[in-house]
Amino acid sequence: MDDVRLHALAPELETLATEPFYQPTGDEVSLFEAAWRRKLPVLLKGPTGCGKTRFVEYMAWRLSRPLVTVACHDDLSTADLVGRYLLLGDETVWLDGPLTAAVRAGAICYLDEIVEARKDTTVAIHPLADTRRVLPVEKRGELVHAADGFMLVVSYNPGYQSVLKELKQSTRQRFVAIDFDYPPADVEAGIVTRETGIDAATAALLVRVAQLTRNLKGQGLDEGASTRLLVHAGHLIADGIAPRIACTAAIARALGDDAEMATSIDDLISAVF
Amino acid sequence: MPSSEETSRLTLDELKLRLDDIFFLDISTGRSYESLFDALALLPRAKQDFALHWGEVVARTDIELGYLVIELAPEALRQMPATLAERWVIAALDDYDRKGARAAVAVLRDFAGFAQASARQATRLDAVEARLTRFVQGLSGRPLRIAAGQCDDGAWTDTATIFLPPQIDADAALDRYKALAALLWAQARHGTFAVDLAAVLAGSGDPPRAAAWLALLETLRLAARLRRELPGLGRPLDALLAALPADLDAARTALADPAATVSDSVAWLPRLMDRAPPDDPPVGALRADGAQRVRAERIAQDKTILRKAVAALLAVLGKAGGGDKAVDVAIEAAAAGELRIDGEVVALPPEGRAAAQSLLQDLGEIPPECMTPAGSGPWVPTQHAGSGTLATTATQADALYDEWDYRRRAYRRQWCHLYRRELPPGDADYVAEVCRRQAPLIRQIRRRFEALRGEDRVLRRQTDGAEIDLDAVVEAVADQRGGAGSGERLFMRRSRDERSLAAMFMVDMSGSTKGWVNDAEREALVMLCEALETLGDRYAIWGFSGWTRTRCEVYRVKEFGERYDDGVRRRIAAIEAKDYTRMGPPLRHLTTLLLREPAKHRLLVTLSDGRPDDFGDEYRGQYGVEDTRQALLEARQKGVHAYCVTIDRHGADYLRHMYGPASYTVLDDVKKLPLRIADIYRRLTS
Repeated sequence: MDDVRLHALAPELETLATEPFYQPTGDEVSLFEAAWRRKLPVLLKGPTGCGKTRFVEYMAWRLSRPLVTVACHDDLSTADLVGRYLLLGDETVWLDGPLTAAVRAGAICYLDEIVEARKDTTVAIHPLADTRRVLPVEKRGELVHAADGFMLVVSYNPGYQSVLKELKQSTRQRFVAIDFDYPPADVEAGIVTRETGIDAATAALLVRVAQLTRNLKGQGLDEGASTRLLVHAGHLIADGIAPRIACTAAIARALGDDAEMATSIDDLISAVF
Repeated sequence: MPSSEETSRLTLDELKLRLDDIFFLDISTGRSYESLFDALALLPRAKQDFALHWGEVVARTDIELGYLVIELAPEALRQMPATLAERWVIAALDDYDRKGARAAVAVLRDFAGFAQASARQATRLDAVEARLTRFVQGLSGRPLRIAAGQCDDGAWTDTATIFLPPQIDADAALDRYKALAALLWAQARHGTFAVDLAAVLAGSGDPPRAAAWLALLETLRLAARLRRELPGLGRPLDALLAALPADLDAARTALADPAATVSDSVAWLPRLMDRAPPDDPPVGALRADGAQRVRAERIAQDKTILRKAVAALLAVLGKAGGGDKAVDVAIEAAAAGELRIDGEVVALPPEGRAAAQSLLQDLGEIPPECMTPAGSGPWVPTQHAGSGTLATTATQADALYDEWDYRRRAYRRQWCHLYRRELPPGDADYVAEVCRRQAPLIRQIRRRFEALRGEDRVLRRQTDGAEIDLDAVVEAVADQRGGAGSGERLFMRRSRDERSLAAMFMVDMSGSTKGWVNDAEREALVMLCEALETLGDRYAIWGFSGWTRTRCEVYRVKEFGERYDDGVRRRIAAIEAKDYTRMGPPLRHLTTLLLREPAKHRLLVTLSDGRPDDFGDEYRGQYGVEDTRQALLEARQKGVHAYCVTIDRHGADYLRHMYGPASYTVLDDVKKLPLRIADIYRRLTS
């Protein structure tokens, strides 16, 4: 077997060239760095749109590691993560999956929304997420030892109530868990200003809208407006859309389809703008 | 009409003079108007003026009719606001012009009918109550009830409930309601009750007048504050406050200062005490006693919860040193969700966080004594002395269950007697009728669930199947050339995805469900069955009720193995309100049944209408809440996912504690149950 040819299609990994904007709100940066130094995998918990992905990007830049992000979905199988043989002309070529590539390169591998992936993927994750730090590549009969800088990061939104989407204890107890939540109001307004360029006063009002909707969580709303939605609304406003219309489109309609709840959110928006 | 300046109630003599003025021309009838005095004399000045003004206007057209207006006005004004009563009189005059005196008299006498007819056009509170409730929930982040007050009282709050006029007869009524609700929420949020109002009012010399003026001053202060925080409310607030007399402008400016507090309003009060407050104020008088009692109770309860939460955290951190070593615990107002224990930041559990937020709203700070942990017992908002129920067992129970006694912190062994009962067959046409009535909704639910089922899913890489999986073959060939084994999974097969899920529905059949709730439960079950049949999940339905621990009953509606046939349909129709809600034993029994089902995921969904309750004092209150919580904990430990759907308009605090081990949804309106239940199930299982 010619190893050079077999690796011909290994995905290229690059480190981030520019610093992504991330506003730390607690000890998450130092915790993550410590976990990375100590070779511990990390589980990020928190509602959607509160900055988990951005945080990982920022940390990858900070630690100068390449970042491999995989958005998990319900058809994602082990082969998609680990890799497969391809036929090219009359040749057979092995293509590393994103996880294998990250393991070899000592990259940070971020599995977003891990509970969405098929259950068999845990086979690949478990041996990587404990002291063994190995990835069995069954098809090649290979045991890939993780390179030094490698780190496994998974994210998980505990807000989902589906009984089919709970993280098993055997999985979750392998990770250092960092809780994410929406940042404090002034910090969040700062983020919206920084991301969209709208003025501080409007950003503060957007954050107020978000807080009002978050108060409705559990009262018919699964989640309140996330920081990401505020950024969307901010972009629309910066582009000249009237604030109330921007909020209705980017926040009220995005949060759900229930007509009654939408009117209530509109009520709250019109109390602010 | 006279201005509000000289509004003191007219005395009998003054009334007599006015009535003489109106009726002096009328010597022919010889009717004495003495009988009008009694009712008129008791009216507030504004209503006296209304009656006299319109009596006079009408009397110019017809003396008899004018007399009638004054006679009926007191009762009419009790049933409708002045603006509406004005329309009532004018409608009578219109009829007089077109049809004559008799028609006009008929209109006047039927003021109740007039009020009702126009109420249908006016915005009624019940039509917007749910929407306003969500609005204030959004504002406050803690449960705040909306209820209809009396027409006469104006809008007011006791800090737990906001009382609004039952109807608003004006343009932009919804905006007016929102502005009122926001103002009253702000009373609780921004410290109106933070001073001893009862003492302030008592010291003013004229408490009712002071309460009315202080409400207005606070309205000015809070409106300014709301404008800053919620600029979008500016216009509705302006509309609401437009009618305030201009001489309040000085107060308005002074109280608009961002630093103004309730003390500034109190300080301003003496300047206004020499005159009567306006007739038709935007908000009603402050009710110091009720509000302060409710507030004090809530603060005490929140403090207890927070202290328990702190104690629990310290115990977890191993710092509950029993007082021999001082632990430095601090909480900052800016981040009420976090505690600083010996310099280390720790997140509070949800109930502690909610209590801390609530305290912040009431007090503006977290009282330091909350940081001294209380004893480590569970959260106990109310304690009811229990009186044991005597057990007499005449028949053999189908099963005996332990019950959790939170006071002993132990189980009472074999305490509850559970009986399985049969439901008599109900109306054979009921289900068909619901299906007919709800046909569009059922079609929609079916479509959604079909999507969930994923149709005939193609299973790839099977060891056998109808078709060859080309991808797998290509990969296998590649693997083979690459030196790895080729594998045998080269086929694909169409198949329904095996969901391997068993769902148990436990339906409240207690007496409190009588009427609407029961109807909604039955309709919800029909929707569910239609949906689940589409999906092919295994499910069972049981009702529950009972009478003391010696007679806990579960009623079979549908068992797991049973088909959704005519028998099941008739039993759904037969579900009716029976006795009490002892939730623990049926929860334990149905969990046992569910565990016998061979499925990977087991789901137990309860439908109920509030607090567990049983005959006698014991189960009612804390005991029942704790036992239900324990039964849910047991279910979870056995691998059953419990989910509770409860219809509770007031979303009471105990829910979070009781359903803590499970997840739950609170529906504020029973009518939503049939609509929502299928959605809830879909969310739980996809």
